[in-house]
Amino acid sequence: MAYNDSDTAGRHAAYAGGPREEDLLPSSAEQSVKVVVVGGFGVGKTTMVGSVSEIRPLTTEETMTQAGAGVDDLAGVERKTETTVAMDFGRITLDERLVLYLFGTPGQQRFWFLWNGVIEGALGAVVLVDTRRLEDSFQAMDRLEECGVPFVVAVNTFPDAPLHPVPELRAALDLPARVPVVTCDARGFDSSREVLLTLLRHLYARATEGDPPSPAVTASPSPSEAP
Amino acid sequence: MTVPEEAEDEPARRKPDDDQPVPLYVVTGGRSESADAMALDLVTLVVARADPHSGQSPEHTALLRMCRYPISVAEISAYLGLPFSAATVLLTDLLDSSQVEVRQTRVEQRQAAADPDLDTLRALIDGLQRL
Ligand SMILES: Nc1nc2c(ncn2[C@@H]2O[C@H](COP(=O)(O)OP(=O)(O)OP(=O)(O)O)[C@@H](O)[C@H]2O)c(=O)[nH]1
Ligand SMILES: [Mg+2]
Repeated sequence: MAYNDSDTAGRHAAYAGGPREEDLLPSSAEQSVKVVVVGGFGVGKTTMVGSVSEIRPLTTEETMTQAGAGVDDLAGVERKTETTVAMDFGRITLDERLVLYLFGTPGQQRFWFLWNGVIEGALGAVVLVDTRRLEDSFQAMDRLEECGVPFVVAVNTFPDAPLHPVPELRAALDLPARVPVVTCDARGFDSSREVLLTLLRHLYARATEGDPPSPAVTASPSPSEAP
Repeated sequence: MTVPEEAEDEPARRKPDDDQPVPLYVVTGGRSESADAMALDLVTLVVARADPHSGQSPEHTALLRMCRYPISVAEISAYLGLPFSAATVLLTDLLDSSQVEVRQTRVEQRQAAADPDLDTLRALIDGLQRL
């Protein structure tokens, strides 16, 4: 699916009135899971959501407010700092009852991770990494760890980004051996789907093995990892 | 390859506290976010149980029309052009009047995410492989 960068207002106008006929879920849909794509500014989160989504990516938003120090409650909402956090998301219908939603968090928003309900309740996360700016992903990984949300790291291969061996990246990101690290091209459907499969196989391995599984140092997901 | 040191005031690992931003206290039609609204996750699937009746607000009517088939709260929020918490306020009204139902509560969804069962993971893997 083409990368869609239309602004939020444009999308709202375009979609007012509800889903198109072809975007309706089957009546039998009853279980939904949430996967979040996190990472630094401009690392390809929106692109990845669009690459795998069966619907044109949508945007949901939340208005976050922060009471400034010493602000009188009676001063009201207007005196507080407000930030609108917009989140791109896409959808994949897996079967007649199960639906996966993929949320791309904003890279430059300071407060998105305080929107309760984005990371909380997520089955897992994809941490997208640009090797030129590894440190951009630290905050997101910290937040995932705090929330106990398992994740895989996907290195988005930009043409001018230096290539590093996976063990080196793993060390630089201070990742435990069990966290899979893969390379990807977020613009590609197959590549983005492989990243999701890597995450789900990782979750499957966690669920089947009581103890942490043996190190999975793979540059790309291998079919033998499949349960 | 070098990794920058984390700055002393690095916001990471900072625990949310009372001074942290929270979703805006949403007031819709004079009503505020209720405890029930908190029962909805972004991905909670909602489905209509009844048709809109005359006298319902245009927002409630539009929302009800949107959930003839199961639809997530995130999609509802996107299609209505409303912030997530405002959409949950409208949905709570419709839940209270039994005009919509949820397929899975947020609690159930979160428990399932925290401790995913193998059948679900298997279905996700199979489904993705079939795409
Ligand atoms: N070469 C290459 N370019 C990519 C890839 N993924 C994304 N891009 C490009 O990088 C730019 C940023 O991608 P986005 O998907 O908007 O990144 P984002 O993480 O959503 O950005 P923010 O939401 O602003 O943080 C776009 O111009 C994409 O076309 C990739 O895998 N390879
Ligand atoms: Mg984006």
